[in-house]
Amino acid sequence: MTLEPPAPPHAESAVRAAPLLPRRDGRDGALMFVIAVLCGLSCAAVLLALASDRAASGWGRQLHASATVQVRPKAGETSGEASASAAETLAGVKGVTEARALDRAAAARLLEPWLGKDGVPEDLPIPELVTVDLDPAHPADAAALDTALSKAGVDASVDDHGRWLKEVDRAAFTVRAATLGVAALMAAAAGAAIAFATRAGLAARRDLVKVLHLTGAEDRFIARLFQMRFGRLAAEAGLQGALGVLALWLGLKLLGGANGLTPFLPLDWTDLWALAPVPLLAGLIGAISASRTAMVIVRSENAWGGKD
Amino acid sequence: MRYGRSPEVLKDIDLTLQQGSFHFLTGASGAGKSSLLKLIYLAHEPSRGLIRLFGRDIATLPRAQLPAVRRRIGVVFQEYRLLDHLSVFDNAALPLRIVGGKIEDYRADVSELLSWVGLGGRMHAMPPTLSGGEKQRLAIARAVVGRPDILLADEPTGNVDAEMAQRILRLLTELNRMGTTILVASHDRDLVRRSGMPVLHLEAGKLSGALSPEGWP
Repeated sequence: MTLEPPAPPHAESAVRAAPLLPRRDGRDGALMFVIAVLCGLSCAAVLLALASDRAASGWGRQLHASATVQVRPKAGETSGEASASAAETLAGVKGVTEARALDRAAAARLLEPWLGKDGVPEDLPIPELVTVDLDPAHPADAAALDTALSKAGVDASVDDHGRWLKEVDRAAFTVRAATLGVAALMAAAAGAAIAFATRAGLAARRDLVKVLHLTGAEDRFIARLFQMRFGRLAAEAGLQGALGVLALWLGLKLLGGANGLTPFLPLDWTDLWALAPVPLLAGLIGAISASRTAMVIVRSENAWGGKD
Repeated sequence: MRYGRSPEVLKDIDLTLQQGSFHFLTGASGAGKSSLLKLIYLAHEPSRGLIRLFGRDIATLPRAQLPAVRRRIGVVFQEYRLLDHLSVFDNAALPLRIVGGKIEDYRADVSELLSWVGLGGRMHAMPPTLSGGEKQRLAIARAVVGRPDILLADEPTGNVDAEMAQRILRLLTELNRMGTTILVASHDRDLVRRSGMPVLHLEAGKLSGALSPEGWP
């Protein structure tokens, strides 16, 4: 057994030097709350962008995977015969999985939003429609369907939903751009809040800055103190904001059924990966903002400016 | 030198401190002692004139080289300028941390220095709990810990008893023997006389030539 000599009384506590800038300040609570809220709103905006993107993709897939054919009966042909003939022809086209002639009752249901449940008069001419389900992997295009119908002598026009697809794509792009724009604005606001806090922090620590300067510290050394402090604070706030949105997201997912809030805003577990980098990004924004602000102020505080 | 638009505090000062010299700077309150020290430790720019430190004109020195110059100057501020959130040990070690020193490397030196100035038992105390004399000694320890080429002390014995004032004088003398140039602003006639060091006297913003300790008006 060996006996170690007793450590000097100050040795243990002096193993790590205390931070030159106090880790905490009385104003930190309010700042952290503001940044956490901004980060939370940014996270919510990004999740909304992902969900709306997924919803738009779903609508697009549905539109891509189907087509509607309006059939015009020839002379001497009943509407039912014309629709049946068109459906039979279309079912044989490569890239079509199923073609169904809509009977009058089904077609009338499509008009219900405009005419009401009892609003379709018996003598109202209703277009003869055939709905076509396309192979999602290799869907037949409108031209192929048109050619097949022409060859079979069926007078019809094909609607491949292209017009609606463009509308859906435009709507999806608008939502994506808006939500990501909101997220970017929130990030900028967080940066501005940190810059403001850095100014206040430097003003409150003017004595410290002065002593460090006169003791020989470089401007960058002093700015780095504030950069580290506010970077860490922003990262913590970012984590809190992300956790808050995670809790909200879980609530929506669990309370809103399998698809989340509504079928129009499908939430997916994989979206949560978007929250992972938020503390890091918040920390980076905080550190950069604090560093730039501190550098400007520290240089101006340095009475003996010297030549640049 | 002037503050803002006020009249000149210091006029036509022509002062050269030889390397390894020891001077006291005396003068009535408001004579400009602290202002002269501030010019030398680069806390204020002169409104006119030339300052040369270590053979270089400070006005033409690139900003990036100012910290290196300041590190060669130890300052005991009249108002101490201690950092209240740091312990006595960390305050004293500040100049060493600024130049990237590791605590493992400087712990023994700082502890020894603090013991020497009578603060060995108060290394973990915080400045607000120190007496005026303890703060003064801590300020001195911080100023000398980096072994500066020049030590400027503004009333370093203003808040200590006669015995501690003598110890501080011995410390300064010892540093001077090791080659440190020392300029001490002081009101303490007794200390100045006992030191035997030459006196520079400021009056109405003008500086006398070096006087003997007894020749101080």
